[in-house]
Amino acid sequence: MPKKVRLLVGTKKGAFILDSDEARRDWSVTGPVCEGWPVHDLIVEPESGAILAAAGSPWFGPAIWRSEDGGSSWTHSSAGLTYGDGADPITTVWSLATTPDGGIFAGVEPAGLFRSDDGGATWRHIEGLTNHPTRPTWGPGAGGLILHTIVPHPSDTDRTWVGISAVGVFETRDGGDSWVPRNVGVRAEFNPENRFPETGQCVHKFAMAAGEPETLYQRNHCGVYRSDDGSETWQEITGDLPTDFGFSMVTHPRDADTAWLIPLSAPDQGRYMPDAHAAVWRTHDRGASWICSDAGLPTHDAFLSVLREAMARDTLDPVGITFGTSTGQLWHSSDEGRSWRMITDTLPEIWGVEAVVVEA
Amino acid sequence: MATVLLPRSLLALFPGVEKRNDVTGATVGELISGLDASVPGMRDRLVEAGPRLRPHINVFVDGEPADLATAVAPASVVHVLPAVSGG
Repeated sequence: MPKKVRLLVGTKKGAFILDSDEARRDWSVTGPVCEGWPVHDLIVEPESGAILAAAGSPWFGPAIWRSEDGGSSWTHSSAGLTYGDGADPITTVWSLATTPDGGIFAGVEPAGLFRSDDGGATWRHIEGLTNHPTRPTWGPGAGGLILHTIVPHPSDTDRTWVGISAVGVFETRDGGDSWVPRNVGVRAEFNPENRFPETGQCVHKFAMAAGEPETLYQRNHCGVYRSDDGSETWQEITGDLPTDFGFSMVTHPRDADTAWLIPLSAPDQGRYMPDAHAAVWRTHDRGASWICSDAGLPTHDAFLSVLREAMARDTLDPVGITFGTSTGQLWHSSDEGRSWRMITDTLPEIWGVEAVVVEA
Repeated sequence: MATVLLPRSLLALFPGVEKRNDVTGATVGELISGLDASVPGMRDRLVEAGPRLRPHINVFVDGEPADLATAVAPASVVHVLPAVSGG
């Protein structure tokens, strides 16, 4: 059966859908959808194939959008997406993830976690995270106090990891009732009096290794890390990467040793690709070494930045890698990151990219 | 019943809803709740935790700026307008 690769792209001015065949050379662009709302993240619900979009309108507030016809028509809901009238309003939805038992998690700003068990029609607050004893100490990163990463365990429905900026990684092993900070070994260089606090680390993104639920790769404000014990401890694998900083990271769908990321210049030096030389780095040995790839990318005057959700991989063989820039360029590699082509340079500011493979 | 006039960008979120709506209520908050009863989800688009009108939503009752507690007469005309903001 022929397959189609679909890129779901969230931008500051709506979401876009790009389709290609398995060659991934020519792409069609549809959009904007979601009425031009700012969209941070898009996912596909595995069972139904429905597209879900995490959004927040400056005028109309936060919502999760849903399309059951491939993006032609959409509904939206934020029913239950509130901390209550006495608390700070939720401004936007930052992240989505499906659970192995058919649920959907949503991470929001200000940081918190919600769950839907009816396809996104209604939401309930996971109070155990918000009620964590460290909550009064949580502080925002430059992007706000946001819950931006959700990684459910692929088979154990009681286990989920979340990432909050600038607070760190938390894990639950009881379905969300209680949460444990998981930041041991992760630096917080911006806190010189305590470089290794319990919380306060600025996690930017993390992802699970293929077939190894206890192995997680983390892209942090201060370096890159891997955990081999389900996040209980982290080992730094920044190695010879050109900088400590960056936002995005993806892992291989079948090879636990392989991951990709895009280093950026330091926070006070522009947060663009180092020396304005565009490059994607990958490891094939769990972070012991890193390989730079710039074939096809601009090697000078490339003042490009890639945000935390704006990198994705598909599941074909060879794997396709896509990243979007904050200046509206979308780049793709159909050979696992060895060479790159630009799909388009005319989208709005790109915030999120997801890649899915569907039957044509 | 008061007449509530909704903006295009809000109508786009609720296919089939008309720009002009006759709604029963003694305050702006009651009108919005009345709208929500017939158009589920409408209140969430206009009201945030507090409860209060979202920061970039303006409501005018008979030409005067209003909030959720503003009284509404049966013959009132209520405009809901998104603020001129963005980039």
